[in-house]
Amino acid sequence: MNGESVVFWVSGTFAVVGALGMVVSKKAVHSALWVAFAMINIAVLYFALEAPFLGTTQIIVYTGAIMMLFLFVLMIVGVDSSDSLLETIKGQRLLAGLFSLTFGGVIVASISSTLASPSAGLAYANAGYGGHMQAIAGLIFGTYLFAFEALSALLITAALGAMVLAHNERWIPRKTQDQMQRERTLSNHVTPLPAPGVLARNNSVDTPALLPDGSTSIDSLPNAFRGEGQVSKTTSIEEAGK
Amino acid sequence: MFHAEAQGDLGIFGNDPGAIIAVKVLGIFVIMVLMTLLTIWAERRVVGRMQMRIGPNRVGPFGLLQSLMDGIKLALKEEIIPKGAHLAVYIIAPVIAATTAFLTFAVIPLGPEVSIFGTVTPLQLTDFPVSVLYILAVASVGIYGIVLAGWSSGSIYPLLGGLRSSAQMISYEIAMGLSFVAVFIYAQSMSTSQIVAAQEPMWYIVLLLPSFIIYTTAMVGETNRAPFDLPEAEGELVGGFHTEYSSLKFALFFLAEYVNMVTVSALATTLFLGGWRAPWPISLWDQANVGWWPMLWFFGKVFAFIFVFIWLRGTLPRLRYDQFMKFGWKVLIPVSIAWILIVAIARYLRNAGGLESRNLLFVASAVLIVFVLVSYTLDLRRKKSDEIEEQRVALEAEKDFDPFVGGFPVPPMPGQVAQPSRRTKATISSGASPAIISETTEGTNV
Repeated sequence: MNGESVVFWVSGTFAVVGALGMVVSKKAVHSALWVAFAMINIAVLYFALEAPFLGTTQIIVYTGAIMMLFLFVLMIVGVDSSDSLLETIKGQRLLAGLFSLTFGGVIVASISSTLASPSAGLAYANAGYGGHMQAIAGLIFGTYLFAFEALSALLITAALGAMVLAHNERWIPRKTQDQMQRERTLSNHVTPLPAPGVLARNNSVDTPALLPDGSTSIDSLPNAFRGEGQVSKTTSIEEAGK
Repeated sequence: MFHAEAQGDLGIFGNDPGAIIAVKVLGIFVIMVLMTLLTIWAERRVVGRMQMRIGPNRVGPFGLLQSLMDGIKLALKEEIIPKGAHLAVYIIAPVIAATTAFLTFAVIPLGPEVSIFGTVTPLQLTDFPVSVLYILAVASVGIYGIVLAGWSSGSIYPLLGGLRSSAQMISYEIAMGLSFVAVFIYAQSMSTSQIVAAQEPMWYIVLLLPSFIIYTTAMVGETNRAPFDLPEAEGELVGGFHTEYSSLKFALFFLAEYVNMVTVSALATTLFLGGWRAPWPISLWDQANVGWWPMLWFFGKVFAFIFVFIWLRGTLPRLRYDQFMKFGWKVLIPVSIAWILIVAIARYLRNAGGLESRNLLFVASAVLIVFVLVSYTLDLRRKKSDEIEEQRVALEAEKDFDPFVGGFPVPPMPGQVAQPSRRTKATISSGASPAIISETTEGTNV
């Protein structure tokens, strides 16, 4: 076994393990990690096939950017949320199985058809370009320039659409740092407002803080808890002892 | 002189006997660990001096062994694993951070060809046609260490640190990658040794100054160092992503941070400061770029960068998160794209017409830098007057209608008028539900 086949069997196995792990993981974050693992192993296979540019791009784009964005979203959605396994769309499993079988069939058919004829080899593919990087550049910015530009226009449109959908109009203009500082200095509280709760006694957010003079401070509560009947009673140490 | 293309030949790599490879690998590992210890010591001493303190000076001469002792102490400390941690990911995270930090240095050229035990070999572990992209790729895997550490700790502050870090790294990696493009265009190669060879007539810091400025800014963001250390902002997030880590696992994060610092400095040296080439007065000596001497120049340049890192930390306060993101996306990236366009045009003029475009490039880079500075100052001034106007409008609007009365967003009461939106100039009054705000046109009062 030469070096290339060792790399193939090791990385190929890992890539398949990563893909399976992605499917069977219950936590969304774990699935994303398995995909990242599979991507890196596929990149290693590219390296072994003398396509280092493709390999590094694969890691930078897929592992570094896309999976990172996925992780970012998953982490915002919730640390511990796991997917519901309930089937919500009727016949989804059947259709998914059908499509994956078809897809697998297409892949197997196309690969076996190329196996029948002897491979032309890397040298042939790169001939006339002077290297695989130049070959990729020649194809993207030469032969397939129109398709490439159309794709980038599509992506930019999608990005703009996402921005428009996520755009949120502010009700009031955001206060600037300067403005907040001015307001604070002019108010009665130059220092931060007291935190709600009484240390070691009751730290609930609906309990107003006990000030050194024995009075309680309504300013320590969040706005939403200041209404009638929402404020808990603060007990001082003396009262609690009685 | 400016016409020298990448002369280096990648054929000299990959022919080393196994023993030499082992020596090189071990050498790089030892150098990185020693650099880490030295950098930590230097940081504490230099920051100490900047803050009018003395810094560690008890262990060893000048306190040089302090970081070694701290390392031993960290390794012997009790390990605390939080109950809510996702154990497997929690353990893998620091390992990813540390290993990827070391991997990058494999393609950094430390010097020209030298003789090790009778074998003539370049002072570089390996090189291949896309080694600068390889560094980017490894760095982007390294981010996983930080992000996963934040997530797997099962605690809020680390999670926030991890989130910040992923957003930060993605944004600043784009600016970083774009700053490489100008270098690639001029060196006509993505391999580190060839880029160093292409800088023989002139360092790229002179030729491609805007790229250098963008790269150095982005590299501070990439390594989470002050003033861009938002993922571990101790005033806001306790310790950020490594809050829940202790003992050796924390030491690994610490190691990774400092190794990364050395690596990005080494990359800056390689891409913009002529790599291992001697600086001007020394380069007059004809032995300056031969044998083992270049390693000295190389590490001298790296330490200069590290000093700047420490200097920044001692000087600048941490940026606010929104300012930091705005700077990355709205300043660094557009400026890089404009600069790449200029560089590509200059290069095309030279390739196509044989035009000497170097002076054009100098003028363009000066114009670009002046343009950015002027627009930044104008922006600041305009913002000031805008702010005053906004404050006035906000104060007047608040008199009539408070959209957050009682702490909840509410529509205007009959007779009240909401303050006009800044973007659509729409006005809403009672009767218009919040859902149709964006559809209300100018001056419509429903």
